[in-house]
Amino acid sequence: MSSEHAEHTLKVTKIRSGTVIDHIPAGRALEVLNVLGLTGREGLRIAVIMNVESRKLGRKDIVKIEGKKLKPEEVNMIALVAPTATINIIDDFNVVQKFRAEVPDIVEGVVRCPNPTCITNKSREPIKTRFVVIKRSPLVLQCCYCGTLIQGDEVAKLVIKHHS
Amino acid sequence: MHNPFLGKDVISILDFDRKALEILFEYTDRARRYLNTKLRVLEGKVVALAFFEPSTRTRLSFEVAAKRLGADVIGFTGEEAISVAKGENLADTIRMLNSYANLIVLRHRFEGAAKFAAEIADVPVVNAGDGKQHHPTQAMIDLYTVRTLFETIDGLTYAVVGDLRYGRAATSFIYGLTLFKPRKIYLISPPLLRARPEVLETLRMKGIPFEERSGIEDVISEIDVLYVTRIQKERFPDPMEYEKVKGSYRITVDLLRNAKPELKILHPLPRVDEIDFRVDETKHAAYFIQASYGVPVRMALLTLILGGEL
Repeated sequence: MSSEHAEHTLKVTKIRSGTVIDHIPAGRALEVLNVLGLTGREGLRIAVIMNVESRKLGRKDIVKIEGKKLKPEEVNMIALVAPTATINIIDDFNVVQKFRAEVPDIVEGVVRCPNPTCITNKSREPIKTRFVVIKRSPLVLQCCYCGTLIQGDEVAKLVIKHHS
Repeated sequence: MHNPFLGKDVISILDFDRKALEILFEYTDRARRYLNTKLRVLEGKVVALAFFEPSTRTRLSFEVAAKRLGADVIGFTGEEAISVAKGENLADTIRMLNSYANLIVLRHRFEGAAKFAAEIADVPVVNAGDGKQHHPTQAMIDLYTVRTLFETIDGLTYAVVGDLRYGRAATSFIYGLTLFKPRKIYLISPPLLRARPEVLETLRMKGIPFEERSGIEDVISEIDVLYVTRIQKERFPDPMEYEKVKGSYRITVDLLRNAKPELKILHPLPRVDEIDFRVDETKHAAYFIQASYGVPVRMALLTLILGGEL
């Protein structure tokens, strides 16, 4: 079976209204859903397409979410796990908005600090994690509380599960 | 005079610049005249000392400083005696102290505890040590000591020796030096206890010349200020490893034979056996002078934060 044919059989129909997240690095689609706090139990129609051919990336993942137009602050968090992602907002089968995810200067409540004695890991304290972006490429974040630096792939691993 | 400390939290030495520290040092010079006097500078103010971790020097010197200035002092040491033992969280303890006191001095074993407390409290919070991260008032004392001994902090060669990974005093001293222009900083530690990546990153970003090394002998002749800290046995997963390295970081009269005559040794104390007692009698030993500055530096700091005059 040619790769062209394989891609063809995986094609998912266009969505009427919602969000298409394209150019996700291969294998990262589930992490993108996690960053967005989507578990599947919300009842939204979601298509997750993984490891398909891409001219830009070699291989890529795509996520299509029917009925939910992502807000810019939600979209930006995607850049933590999928810096190459492009976001298309769809209305009546047409792309009405297209933009790239960009990590905000401050990342709050989305990434866990890996330092076990960071105050953000103390139980029963009303505290959210907060990181400041030190570098964007490659991504380096610093914990605002304990100063710990985290970078690259480590960031994706530290995304808090189902934070929404 | 603009007072850069007025109403401010003191979380990290990096929250301030050299101009601010120079004002603090001038106030410290003045405070030293009043070490045996009861002043009324902070009369009517309450200073809360919240020490969730044990402390002798830091706690007592804060207490003496506040009392010399005429403030009332409340507080606790350890978690057993207070409601934390009943399960109260830090946030609630801070809210309570915030309603009792005009300033909170906090020591806690979690990194970032002081910053978190400062976000909750309306009154200023002074970090008296948060885990392995910061000990800004110790760094103020250390820098003041260097300034007093050498009449400058710039242009000197420093060696910071010992546990640079978990030692908050060493970390804050290194951070403090980045506000000045040291000629070079040698970071001397066993490989397991090297300075943390964020500390090295700060040195790089601020363009401070530094070098990481495992031994002191080769560089002792270059050094003006030797800052020694304790290497704790419990930091080593293997006790044999500790036994192997502990001797290499011990400061002895023998080692100092090759030192510059003007070299001064600092230590945040307590020391165990990292500085041989015979070194105490040499003109290199400056750690007791350094310890004696604990009260006046903290007097100056409390005065400036609470808007008093010295």
